[in-house]
Order: sequence, then C-alpha cells, then structure tokens
Amino acid sequence: METKKSEVRLMKGNEALAEAAIRAGLDAYFGYPITPQSEILEYFTEQIPKRRGVVLQAESEVASINMVYGAAGAGARVMTSSSSPGMSLMQEGISYIAAAELPCLLVNVVRGGPGLGTIQPSQGDYFQATKGGGHGDYRLIVLAPSSVQEMCDFVFDAFKLAEKYRNPAMILSDGALGQMMEKVEFPEEGSLPHIVPDWATTGKKGRERNFITSLHMEPEKMEEINLHLQKKYKTIEENEVRYETLDVEDAEIVLVAFGLPARICQKAVELAREKGIKAGLVRPITLFPFPKKILSDLSKKIDHFLVIELNAGQMVEDVMLAANGNCPVHFKGRMGGMIIQPEDVLEEIEKIIQQPILQE
Amino acid sequence: MSQEILLEDMQCVYQKPATLTDDYMHYCPGCGHAVAHKILMEVVQEMGIQEDIVGVAPVGCSVFAYNYMNIDMQEAAHGRASAAATGIKRVLPEKYVFAYQGDGDLAAIGTAETIHTINRGENILIVFINNGIYGMTGGQMAPTSLLGQKTSTSPYGRDVEHNGYPLKITDLIAHLPGAYYVTRQAVHTPNTVRKFKKAIKNAFEFQKLKKGTCFIEVVSNCPSGWKMTPKETLAYIEEKMLPEYPLGDLKVPTQNNN
Amino acid sequence: MIKGTVLINSENCKGCELCIVACPQESLSLSQKINLRGYRYVELSQDNCTGCTNCAIVCPDSAITVYRQSKQNYKKAV
Ligand SMILES: Cc1ncc(C[n+]2csc(CCOP(=O)(O)OP(=O)(O)O)c2C)c(N)n1
Ligand code: SF4
Ligand code: SF4
Repeated sequence: METKKSEVRLMKGNEALAEAAIRAGLDAYFGYPITPQSEILEYFTEQIPKRRGVVLQAESEVASINMVYGAAGAGARVMTSSSSPGMSLMQEGISYIAAAELPCLLVNVVRGGPGLGTIQPSQGDYFQATKGGGHGDYRLIVLAPSSVQEMCDFVFDAFKLAEKYRNPAMILSDGALGQMMEKVEFPEEGSLPHIVPDWATTGKKGRERNFITSLHMEPEKMEEINLHLQKKYKTIEENEVRYETLDVEDAEIVLVAFGLPARICQKAVELAREKGIKAGLVRPITLFPFPKKILSDLSKKIDHFLVIELNAGQMVEDVMLAANGNCPVHFKGRMGGMIIQPEDVLEEIEKIIQQPILQE
Repeated sequence: MSQEILLEDMQCVYQKPATLTDDYMHYCPGCGHAVAHKILMEVVQEMGIQEDIVGVAPVGCSVFAYNYMNIDMQEAAHGRASAAATGIKRVLPEKYVFAYQGDGDLAAIGTAETIHTINRGENILIVFINNGIYGMTGGQMAPTSLLGQKTSTSPYGRDVEHNGYPLKITDLIAHLPGAYYVTRQAVHTPNTVRKFKKAIKNAFEFQKLKKGTCFIEVVSNCPSGWKMTPKETLAYIEEKMLPEYPLGDLKVPTQNNN
Repeated sequence: MIKGTVLINSENCKGCELCIVACPQESLSLSQKINLRGYRYVELSQDNCTGCTNCAIVCPDSAITVYRQSKQNYKKAV
C-alpha cells in the first residue's frame, strides 16, 4: 500500500497509531506482545523492514523499556507500547527515563485489572499514568485519545512534546480504541523533522563526552535535579493543557470524562438536553497536565460535576481538587472491562438533579 | 642523582591512558574493577576509537564507570545494561558498544537480558566482572559466590541445598549460537592483565565483523566484600576462584562460525 | 641490565600493595608517610628497577608511570 502522501484510510486504532509513528519519523520500536495492543508490534514488524527504522521484539517489557532508554539516550526517536500488566513491569525503566530526561513515546492500551484481569477496555491505569507510576517524583506528559484519528494525531503531538521538554510522553488509550476501526487521515511522512540532540551519546566526536545517568549521590545535587524537574513540570502545566468542552456555557451539570467514555458522554449530553436538562461536558485531552483551571472556573458556576470513568474512580480525585468544594463532584464508573452506556449516564444525571439541594 | 636528570635518558613505557578522566576513582584499594576500567580504556586509546564508542555502566560498584571512562556513556538500570546496549547498538550500528556489568547485575537480576542479548547475537561487547559477591550493597551473596563462601547473607557459608550452585553463566552462554567470542580472564597479575587486554582488543576487532556478541568474564576480587587485604585476595583468586572458574577461551571464532 | 624507573603519583596511590607483589625486582615498598587521603603510599626503595611495567599494569589507580632507558642509551652505558 502506498503510504507516502496525506491520505484517508479505514483502520484499527492500534494500526493507525503504528502507521502514524512511522510517518512521524520513528527511528526505533521495542516491544513485547500483549493483548489488546499486539497489532502495534505486528504492524511495525511488517512495515518497518520495508520502510525505515528499527523494530525489535524484546524478551520482556523490562527489556523493551531499557532498550528504549538506550536508544533514546543515543538520540533516536523511539517508542514502546504495551498494555496494563506490561506497563507495570516497565515502571522502573520509565522512572530512569524521566530522571535522565530522555524523550520517548510510551503507549498504554489499557485493559481491565488488577492482576491479569481482562483484555477488555479499562481506564484503571489513570493513577499509574498521571501520578508518576514508578518510584520517585516524576511526571509523564499524558495524552488521552478518544478516536482512531486521535490515536494517529497524538503520536505526532506526543513526540513533539517529549522532545520539546526532554520528557517521556504517554498515550493512554484503551482496548476498545485500540481495536475499533474508523476513518483516519494521516499526515505526510517526514512532516516532523528530528535533529539528533547535542546531549545524546553518539560517540564523543569533536566534543566533550556525554553521559546519561540518573544517579547523584550528593543530596544537594539530587534535590537540585528534583527542583529542575518540578520546574519543568510546572512549565508544562502552564503551557500544554488541552481539553475540549461541549455545551458548558449554560450548563448546570457538567460531565467530565476522558478517552472513550467522553464519546459516550457526548451522547448523554445530547439525551439530557433533549429532556431539557442543561448538561455539558469537559473532556481532558492532556491528563497531565490536567485541565485544572477550566474545571475550577466551571465549579464556581455550575451545580454539579459528574465524572464518568472506566475504573473505580481515579480522575475524579483530580476533579475534586480542581472543584475545591465549590460544587459537588459525583462519580459513576464501570470496571473490569465493562463499558458504560449513554442511558446509564443519563440516569445518573437525572438522579443527581432530582436530589434536593441542601440549603445553607 | 635527581630523577629529572635520570628521566632525560629514558622513555616513558607505561602511563595512565588519556582515555581515562582525571577523576579519583572511588573503588576500594586493590579493586579489580579499576584495573578492568584502565585496560578497557587503554585498548580504546590504542585502537583510536574513543570518538566512536558508547559504553553502558551497570548498577553495582562500577555504577560510576562513566566518571572515569572518557567516552560517551549511559548508566543503565540494575541488570539491564545489555538491553540498553542493545538499544544503542540498534540505532548506532556503526559505533562500538559495550556493556560493563557485575555478577549480581548480569547473572542474577539481569539473567534474562544477558541470555537474550547474546542469543540475538547483538554486536556488542559484554565485560562481566565476576567477584563472587555484591560489592556495592555491602557484601551479600552473589549467584557466583563459591560453595561455603561466607557473605553477609550466607553467614554460615553458601550451602547447595539452600542456595544452589555457583552460576557459571559464561559456560552457559558459550553454548548460544549468538555468542561469537567467549573468554574468561582475570586481572590480578601482570600476565593475566596482559591477556585480558588482548581479549578486549580481540573483542573490538570482532565487533567490526558484526558476527555476534563478544563476552569477556573477568574473575576479579572484592577485598572489602571478601574481608581481605588486596594482597590476600590474590591467593584466594588462585586457590578458590580459578578452580571453579578456570581461565581461558570458551569459544573462539573458527572456520565454522566465522 | 636495562635500567628503568617509576614515577608514583602518591596522591592517587591507595597503598593496596599489588604493585609490590607484582614487582620481580622487589624495588617497591610502602612508605611510612601517608597521603592526603590517609593511605600509606608506595615508593621506589631500591635502585634496581628494570622498567618491566609489571607494577603499573596491575595498579588499579593508574598511579605508576614507568620509564625505561632507551636501547641507544643502554648501549652507551654498557
Ligand atoms: C532493582 C534494584 N534492585 C536492587 C538494587 C540494589 N543493588 C545495587 S548494586 C547491587 C548488586 C551489585 O552487585 P554486582 O552486580 O555483583 O556488582 P559489584 O558491586 O560486586 O561490582 C544491588 C543488589 C538496585 N539498585 N536496583
Ligand atoms: S566493594 Fe568490592 S567491588 Fe566494590 S569497590 Fe570495593 S573492592 Fe571493589
Ligand atoms: S598498585 Fe597502585 S595503588 Fe596499589 S600500592 Fe601500588 S601504586 Fe599504590
């Protein structure tokens, strides 16, 4: 298939993501099979030998992430992907990558947990993705797609952000987005130029040696590194927040959902509006940095937030922090691979607005 | 007779290689790591590959190898040096790449990475420092600790029933078709150091051929962990370590695998 | 016999004595003095060094530089 020009194709989310990565100038992919994201590795092993770059099926996720560390440290545009149990295995390596400030793309096509869990979609890894995940104080830049098109687009965005901030970026997807087929329009190959950074370990030709490390024995130095990282995360929070809103202007109840549930909530807002309920929706696109400000602003105007997630309630904690007591924050979730339906959301909305509001 | 006058007639026949930095090494007195670093860097200097090489340091006493080796280096997670080296070599196939690892790093926590890196025949050099103990964390038992060896976690001596056998990982990996050159060397006497140096040179020459992984075990010492003076470790190496880990080539390129 | 000598960087020496064991001429010994880091360091204590480099080769801390009489000068001396 000719894939040089910008074009529209019908594709699975996982494959769209992989195709996008090749077009984004991916130098190397290292990964290990796990459902529901194995199509990514399969797509690369089929396409990369015919196009450009390195693809390697590693012996484990532990090996994959450390290969990513090596290749990213050597200045390559590099990525790995996995699903929840595999992502857990990678956490030590991700912490090293964040500490050594290496740009790379991590993709978690989340499945239901805990444990071996299920291969069905879930958002149970929100905490792991947005709060660090591994040891120490670090953050990933986390993008949450809600369509196959975004599975493609966010690859470009994630590489741009990762390289801009020298920080690992993650696409937090789920099993349903990975497997569903939709039309997707691809950018042209080569539209994201990559310059080998001057800090990379490529052999010390004509310069002082470079080294990549996360070890600093003096506490003063380690605190300095931490302060530097925190400053960087702050800058990211100030500049890179992304979200979408729907019908929030006059809303009395605002749904908050990311990824696939955001699409379900779109439908729920429609259903609610048909019934004359002033509902709206905020969809965080970046989970870190989290869109605190819009939620905080809304919390002063609306009666209720209702957070919808495919987990036991994780992002809801961040919404509560943003609302800071200005309005009640409700939660409805499904777990274990179960998907919530628009009608369920509507029912929840109705329950909430029928509750008598306590008088002060 | 002052030394200056004397030196005038003389030529320098051995000095610290310029490929080592001026940093004072943090290693304990008499530690084999330091000898291995120096020899590795001597070869890098003699082969003129200082600008074309990337090394990977492990977690272990040699975690700071990048402070001493004046080349581009990365510090990998515990046990994952060969995976990081794989990542580097795959994206920089024309550079020399090596992983430098201790026995806990390579033969315990990193066993899977070690075996699979070599099984893929990654065109890198792995230098494996076998001192039979965990130096960095204070002298705990290593997979390579000898039977009967007392360590902080085998205070009554390593016991087969409880802890299994010393892991001869070098013998194991020599069987892998991806291994191109496998040898066991030491650095405790002038002669063993000279042979080790030759082995490093061989390994970098072989790396150019892209025929598979080169693996050099170094039977080394850990005076602090063994609770011995450096001088005492020499006899221990000869009498205890070498019978278990005999020196010599385990696999050399032949007509067949050439 | 070819004449040699060694220069010892006493501040880098950790007094491990491996060079003393390696020296076939028994030219080296530990000084009574200590360096800034608190180690007794090695000294050339006899004038019989041949410049064989054995001591420097085994020195972990690259503390020894070895010099040897060049062939030319050796002939002159003989
Ligand atoms: C994941 C992880 N587990 C444990 C440790 C602690 N640790 C640091 S070094 C080391 C063992 C080092 O021993 P070895 O590899 O034999 O090297 P040596 O210090 O003897 O040179 C251990 C267990 C760690 N840093 N990371
Ligand atoms: S603890 Fe052992 S291995 Fe570590 S520096 Fe000291 S002697 Fe060397
Ligand atoms: S081998 Fe080096 S460090 Fe050890 S005593 Fe001799 S000069 Fe000093």
